[in-house]
Amino acid sequence: MSAAEITDERVARGTSGPILGMVLFVASEAMFFATFFGAYFTIREASPTWPPKGIPHLEIGIATVLTIILVSSSFVLQQGVRAIRKGHARRFQAWLAATLALGASFLALQLYDYSQLGFGLKDGIFGTLFYVMTSLHMAHVFGGVVFLGLVFTQARTGQLSPSRHESLEAGAIYWHFVDVVWVGLYTVFYLLTPR
Amino acid sequence: MAVTEAPVRELAPEPRGRLLDWLTTTDHKKIGILYLVNSFSFFAVGGIFALLMRTELARPGQQLIGAHGYNELFTIHGTLMIFLVIFPILAGLGNYFVPLQIGALDMAFPRINALSFWLLPVGGLTILSGFVAKGGAAACGWTCYAPLNEQLGTGVDLWLAGLILVGTASILGAINFIVTILRMRAPGMTMMRVPVFVWSILATSLLVILAAPVLTAGLIMLFADRRLGTSFFDPAHGGVALLWQNVFWFFGHPEVYMLILGAWGVVTEILSVFSGKPIFSYRGIVLSFLMITALSFTVWAHHMFATGAVELPFFSVTTELISIPTGVLFFVWLGTLWKGKLRFEVPMLFALGFIALFLIGGIDGVWAASPAMDFAIHDTYWVVAHLHYVLFGGTLFGIMAGMYYWFPKMSGRMLSRKLGQWHFWLQFIGFNVTFFPMHILGLRGMPRRIADYAPDRGWSFLNLVATVGAFLIAISLLIFLANVITTLRKPRTAPPDPWQANTLEWATSSPPPPHNFDVLPPIHSNRPVYDARLAEARLTDRGSG
Repeated sequence: MSAAEITDERVARGTSGPILGMVLFVASEAMFFATFFGAYFTIREASPTWPPKGIPHLEIGIATVLTIILVSSSFVLQQGVRAIRKGHARRFQAWLAATLALGASFLALQLYDYSQLGFGLKDGIFGTLFYVMTSLHMAHVFGGVVFLGLVFTQARTGQLSPSRHESLEAGAIYWHFVDVVWVGLYTVFYLLTPR
Repeated sequence: MAVTEAPVRELAPEPRGRLLDWLTTTDHKKIGILYLVNSFSFFAVGGIFALLMRTELARPGQQLIGAHGYNELFTIHGTLMIFLVIFPILAGLGNYFVPLQIGALDMAFPRINALSFWLLPVGGLTILSGFVAKGGAAACGWTCYAPLNEQLGTGVDLWLAGLILVGTASILGAINFIVTILRMRAPGMTMMRVPVFVWSILATSLLVILAAPVLTAGLIMLFADRRLGTSFFDPAHGGVALLWQNVFWFFGHPEVYMLILGAWGVVTEILSVFSGKPIFSYRGIVLSFLMITALSFTVWAHHMFATGAVELPFFSVTTELISIPTGVLFFVWLGTLWKGKLRFEVPMLFALGFIALFLIGGIDGVWAASPAMDFAIHDTYWVVAHLHYVLFGGTLFGIMAGMYYWFPKMSGRMLSRKLGQWHFWLQFIGFNVTFFPMHILGLRGMPRRIADYAPDRGWSFLNLVATVGAFLIAISLLIFLANVITTLRKPRTAPPDPWQANTLEWATSSPPPPHNFDVLPPIHSNRPVYDARLAEARLTDRGSG
């Protein structure tokens, strides 16, 4: 069997290497965030009161809006994935642009939220956990916006097709993951933090 | 080692400079060799640090280096050996041989492959640059426990930055390995036919993906504590100091298996080839690898028995449990040797040395899994003996077996057998002279990580013995270096399959062409090259009869 034949057969088998690679990357990212959640619960368990004294109560309003933005962006992006699978290039680009807009507004609104909180990174262990965990997540949202932005450029220049759009599929997996992490953060910092 | 023939330039019409070619290569074989050159360079640095420490400890009293300098040396020695020597050598061998062994043309993501290599020297040099920083290099041990890690100087920040780079490199590399193994196998190469070494790299990569990010998270927490004013590990501001140990060892114990699975794969393959027999139980090996991979996430707190803050029976039992699949490996190795036609070539010598030394290191581990025993030997030289029997006696002997086994494939030249035998015996004797006495020193209560000791403790003679052994090891490694250098000056005469081996890398020329294979033999078992040899012999028989 020659090298050329080997290659041919491999193409015929249809590898989804990039998508598998993204799934593995997301698995490692999940362990990364799991470590922070583990740290959160370890520290909370060791703390006599929670939240520690002197931390102003976290208002749930903006965070809820952030949650709605990010969760809906996942559905919007998935509409885009369905559109390109069916070959609706225009509609796909619109959905993708909408996802990018939602991602960008998440980032802007969260920065605004930071400015309103009334406590900082150095204000004890609650500030430590809140800012480090949410800002690492924010960095991931930013990374996702950049990634999907590149996919958008690919789409504009006609590099994506119903049969070849692995970058979008991979980007979507990542985006959903970032979304799930936010739901975890929202739950821990807003829903499970007693008043 | 860094020398291979200039590649065929069919695909690159503009001949590029040789150096530029190496710096920009995405060929998995060249990247594999870069890994080896890089790692053996750091090995020399880490080895010199070890010799300095042993020289200081040869007799009581401070002679050569002060206490702080000693702390820096053992910290950077451990960090380099673990993150920049042992693991990347295995990754380098994996880079070179996994695609060949599964009949692939390259790794799944060649450019990411180059990236994950180049992050390593950058990370390693970042760690080393601590020596010129204010306050010196990190001096908190390779485990760098809180609160010490929050107090030391800039060296710790450089240590953190370097390790984050190295960790990222290993995660990218692991993703690449898994996708390569799952998606790039040649037709006929089912998962139950891939060589054991490939399984070992697959299991290693799973561990990296699930454990390395945990360390990265811990390193980020520590960096934030040190430079951004947070308080993860600072109890005065609501943090938990012990959290560092939990995070570190949740990564750190799977790490131990990342450091040895690859060597198990190499040794299993070599034992089979030089016994002239199939692996005694291929399925047993694969199942053991997978069980160890899973169990390795349940044992981390056995490093923390002495903290009094962990569930002793649970972690003791899981640690004893993980010795069961490891024991299965020993039976498979012995079963492979049993009634084989043994050929004591140099790779086989190192593989047999591996079995002997890893057995001692493993049994040391089973003892230490008992909390009662652990309380007595925790943080003594006994632990130093144990970990070196596993990582040096185990992995490094396995790596050397692999180097002698695969050198002809990588370079087209056979290493000298005579020098190889000298290397093996000196390293084997030197190793035992160095590290066996450390068991006794530990039982006599000598703590690890001390730069000096009192002359009346009864530790002096054995320390002198260990130091003599360390220099024997150094001589043996110089012989290896001389062997490599002189061999690389000779013409390429190695045949495609000098050892009558089993796996696909031996079905192509030595060294392989840039595209790896001109022709692949049919794959009907986990020994396709053996099958092909057998078929050819039958054909010749029939022809002559």
